[in-house]
Amino acid sequence: MADIVLDKVSKKFPDGTTAVRDVDLEIADGEFVILVGPSGCGKSTTLNMIAGLEDISSGELRIGGQRVNDKAPRDRDIAMVFQSYALYPNMTVRENMAFPLRLAKLDRDTITQKVDEAAKVLELTSLLDRRPANLSGGQRQRVAMGRAIVRQPKAFLMDEPLSNLDAKLRVQMRTVVSRLQKQLGTTTVYVTHDQTEAMTLGDRVVIMRGGAVQQVGPPQELYDHPGNLFVAGFIGSPSMNFLPATVDEGRLRTALGDLPIGDRIRRELEGVDAPRELILGIRPEHFEDAELIDEETRRRGIEFEAPVDIVESMGSDKYVYLTVEGERASAAELEELAADAGAGDFTGAGSHLVTRLSAESTVTEGENRRVWFNLEKIHLFDPSNGRNLTLHEGRSAGALAD
Amino acid sequence: MADTTTRAKLRWGLLDVVVVVFALIPVLWIMSLSFKTPATLTDGKFIPQEWTLDNYRTIFATDQFVRALVNSIGIALIATVIAVVLGAMAAYAISRLDFPGKRLLVGVSLLIAMFPQVSLVSPLFEIERQLGLFDTWPGLILPYITFALPLAIYTLSAFFKQIPWDLEKAAKMDGATQGQAFRRVIAPLAAPGLFTTAILVFIFCWNDFLFAISLTSTERSRTVPVALSFFTGESQFEDPTGAICAAAVVITIPIILFVLFFQRRIVSGLTSGAVKG
Repeated sequence: MADIVLDKVSKKFPDGTTAVRDVDLEIADGEFVILVGPSGCGKSTTLNMIAGLEDISSGELRIGGQRVNDKAPRDRDIAMVFQSYALYPNMTVRENMAFPLRLAKLDRDTITQKVDEAAKVLELTSLLDRRPANLSGGQRQRVAMGRAIVRQPKAFLMDEPLSNLDAKLRVQMRTVVSRLQKQLGTTTVYVTHDQTEAMTLGDRVVIMRGGAVQQVGPPQELYDHPGNLFVAGFIGSPSMNFLPATVDEGRLRTALGDLPIGDRIRRELEGVDAPRELILGIRPEHFEDAELIDEETRRRGIEFEAPVDIVESMGSDKYVYLTVEGERASAAELEELAADAGAGDFTGAGSHLVTRLSAESTVTEGENRRVWFNLEKIHLFDPSNGRNLTLHEGRSAGALAD
Repeated sequence: MADTTTRAKLRWGLLDVVVVVFALIPVLWIMSLSFKTPATLTDGKFIPQEWTLDNYRTIFATDQFVRALVNSIGIALIATVIAVVLGAMAAYAISRLDFPGKRLLVGVSLLIAMFPQVSLVSPLFEIERQLGLFDTWPGLILPYITFALPLAIYTLSAFFKQIPWDLEKAAKMDGATQGQAFRRVIAPLAAPGLFTTAILVFIFCWNDFLFAISLTSTERSRTVPVALSFFTGESQFEDPTGAICAAAVVITIPIILFVLFFQRRIVSGLTSGAVKG
């Protein structure tokens, strides 16, 4: 059991690229922290530096209060689960799990007892004499976890441990990982590119981009109060809608109509170097069919009419895709997110809004529909640096706040 | 469809039989000759009319052959062990590490493999005479290692590259030192490669005639292929053909044993199940 502290940790490769830049992070004892970001954001490099598999170029890494920069992985007493599982194919499941204990020179009886215990927790008891080649993907994954937990290390490091499993098994294993971590109470650093895993598993989530930390916080906070455009676009599925907005005579001109703005935002925009062009961000669930809301709710937002492109009924609610005239919002962060989603080269005409409406909505494809959205929940971003302008002391207050 | 596959199988089967017969007939012929008496040696019959073990008795009776056999086994085994151990270390470095001069090292070892050995015989002869290595075991072991190493490095680095690097990282995380990770995780997985390389190197050393005849002069270090060429009968009028054939049969036996012994260790697909995909 130990806390892990990263103090201005950086990684420069010999070819001059900087993979990780000045990462500051304090992981408390027993905490479950997720490192998440698109591929190439430095999350795996950060994990490997904590593990000791990569050298730290500058900065300090402390585990349990002790500087471990120059310690070999074996002297850090931490266990790691690899994306590829990395089971030893020449050993049985039992031997695989016993390997770290044998290296630690424990006596035979203790090893047997500890392996049996870990096998019981992970329901591997009947598989102990098999070899990895004769196991299914999910079983191999559990063996890899077993090898990590068996010696009760100071911390677990997990490098996308579930990404090789099929979708159904991944959901199941997610709960296994979560339960195991709570049960053992061991400090865990978990790397993933899957934002669902990030949202559901961790106590805190660290969002990384280009080697730098973007925002750290509990999942719900990142979702409700994203610090910048990148975090806003990365967290959430379907992701936040982004539209260009222009500041004009104290109002915001957007494809959804002119929006009023509150005093606080207005002050923010009065500076000489304040941006005139903004990006408006609205989450899908902050839209609603205009027919279904009461008067009081209606006052908190604004309505617009748009042609309905596609309706996806999910049973509990409906995903409605609306077509909006005008240009798409453009910013470096958004392009990067689109590229990571594999949609970088897929650009339809005009822009689309993804909205999540109540299941009771009678919306049909092809019609023009009046849709309402909540002004208190919108975000405004500065396209030049991605900063969330609606964020005030870490809280997002929408555009109307005074 | 089934018809064409059976016919294809037949065709290939026939071709295989032709190749095997072509390769085996000289061997069988030598075996047949080794059991013939001097009188019937030239009768041209494939199956000996009169069977005899005299030829075998003759060769084991002469100190010449037994001594050469000991030399051969000793020199080939020592050269194989050293070449495989050195080759394994070099191949591991080549497949795992990025160090300056790596491409040069690989290039030079390829160059050695391509160099015509005949052109090196005279310089080696001079060098070994100066150094006192001429007609000694090390005098043969050293050139054998030199020429076997490129072979060993190439074969082994191909095997090492197949072993997922994650396994080594996992071993390190599990508390292994670099040496333990290599011995307990990497080496067992590379075993088929090590045995394959050992077989190839051993055969190379065992069969060599060029170096053996140029760098030896007495029974002290003469190997079997050379000893064979020096065979004479009891008197100079006696025909040594039968004895030579018997010796030729005897020296193929260690090779066959060596291959059979290690072949059982070459289990393909040993790494399956280590990593996904």
